[in-house]
Amino acid sequence: MTHTFLMLIRRDLLLAHRQGGASLLAIAFFVLVVSLFPLGVGPAPEMLERIAAGTIWVAALLSVLLSLDRMFQADLEDGSLDQLALLPIPLSLVVLAKAIAHWLTTGLPLTLTAPLLGLLMQLSPDAYGALLIGMLLGTPTLSLIGAIGAALTVGVRRGGVLLTLIVTPLYIPVLIFGVSAVEAAAQGFSTTAHVLFLSAMLSGTIVIAPIAAAWSLKLALD
Amino acid sequence: MHRFANPTRFLRLAAAVLPFSAAVAALCLGAGLVWGLFFAPPDYQQGDTVRIMFIHVPAAMMAMGVYAGMAISSAIALIWRHAIADLIAKASAPIGATFCFICLLTGSLWGKPMWGTWWVWDARLTSMLIMLFIYLGYMALWQAFDDQTKAARAAAILALVGAINLPVIKFSVEWWNTLHQPASLITMDGPKIHSSLLWPLLLMIVGFGAYYLTVLIFRVRAEVHQRRTRMLRMAQADRHAAMQAAE
Repeated sequence: MTHTFLMLIRRDLLLAHRQGGASLLAIAFFVLVVSLFPLGVGPAPEMLERIAAGTIWVAALLSVLLSLDRMFQADLEDGSLDQLALLPIPLSLVVLAKAIAHWLTTGLPLTLTAPLLGLLMQLSPDAYGALLIGMLLGTPTLSLIGAIGAALTVGVRRGGVLLTLIVTPLYIPVLIFGVSAVEAAAQGFSTTAHVLFLSAMLSGTIVIAPIAAAWSLKLALD
Repeated sequence: MHRFANPTRFLRLAAAVLPFSAAVAALCLGAGLVWGLFFAPPDYQQGDTVRIMFIHVPAAMMAMGVYAGMAISSAIALIWRHAIADLIAKASAPIGATFCFICLLTGSLWGKPMWGTWWVWDARLTSMLIMLFIYLGYMALWQAFDDQTKAARAAAILALVGAINLPVIKFSVEWWNTLHQPASLITMDGPKIHSSLLWPLLLMIVGFGAYYLTVLIFRVRAEVHQRRTRMLRMAQADRHAAMQAAE
């Protein structure tokens, strides 16, 4: 079972690698969106410092959102989703493997890029730790919640727009606690509460999201 | 519960309930509005603006209550494949979304004179806005599928996932100390509102509930008839095709 699970992650990583560019595109989009803000609101350092946390988090959230619609779509189109459903492991584990692979190809690269953007946005030096920890805990939650939305809209007309409408409201709690962790750290307060909230959301979604997404995928496979 | 999975039996029950719910809605809303708007005393701090409460509070309660009902009937529909539960969830969504919108609108009108602003990004206001978007996403998901059974199940899963927002809204005013006041109606020590304002408010809450039930019955009835019409049309088309093949 563990072997199949790891092979699934490996398969998705290989696919992402051979097709190339998925992570790079997400990072490029992330950097582009963030760099729009200094152009939009003006380059004054004190202004940038104040909006840094929010801008970086919102841009990361949008990059994840943008990459979600391919999570199951390609597998549905070439029929491999039917094969995955026939595997001897539960469909929810297949979903979990795909969500982990999605995080490794988008969430993790975004997290690693974030400190660099913090530098561009004049983020306060005390806040980098909170930004990194927050994104490490928050972006897997985004991938998992996104898996539900992607599974619900796979094979649906105008699925991409619908996916955004469904998933964005569910992303808001992650955004709120992610940003407030960074802001608390920048002002010298303890970030424990925010980090614990982010961990709680991750632990909750890691249980609920694969099951809900597996139910939804079964609809597409009928 | 399974008795009423039969549409005919459900329609009979609905027809029996409808006159009562319509009468209760008309009486309570009428009496509550007149009492609340003309006879209840103005608040010693808020003056006449307190009367917005008679619409705002019932609408907020119904927005959450309708969602809870939608989530419960979605669970019933998913677990027992209950046909009417699906229709109840589908019919509830636009009503709940409207209550949610009315709550946000009246809250905004109330916020301007009291807080000095139409909108603040306060925990309760934000979570209520998220709820409106979840309602809209739910309705859009129903529209996205051609196959009604698939649409029903996908929407039911989304309704259950979105239900996580309910406790967040309910307790937001206690978890985060924000501009919106904490609960004053349903508390451990009983209501904290003076009886002169409490009675018209309770009338309005009962009226809103009865109004929801009335509209829900109309909408579910329309859905059942729509499905029957479609099945009859398809049967007729089949017969027509068979006759043509015979010739």
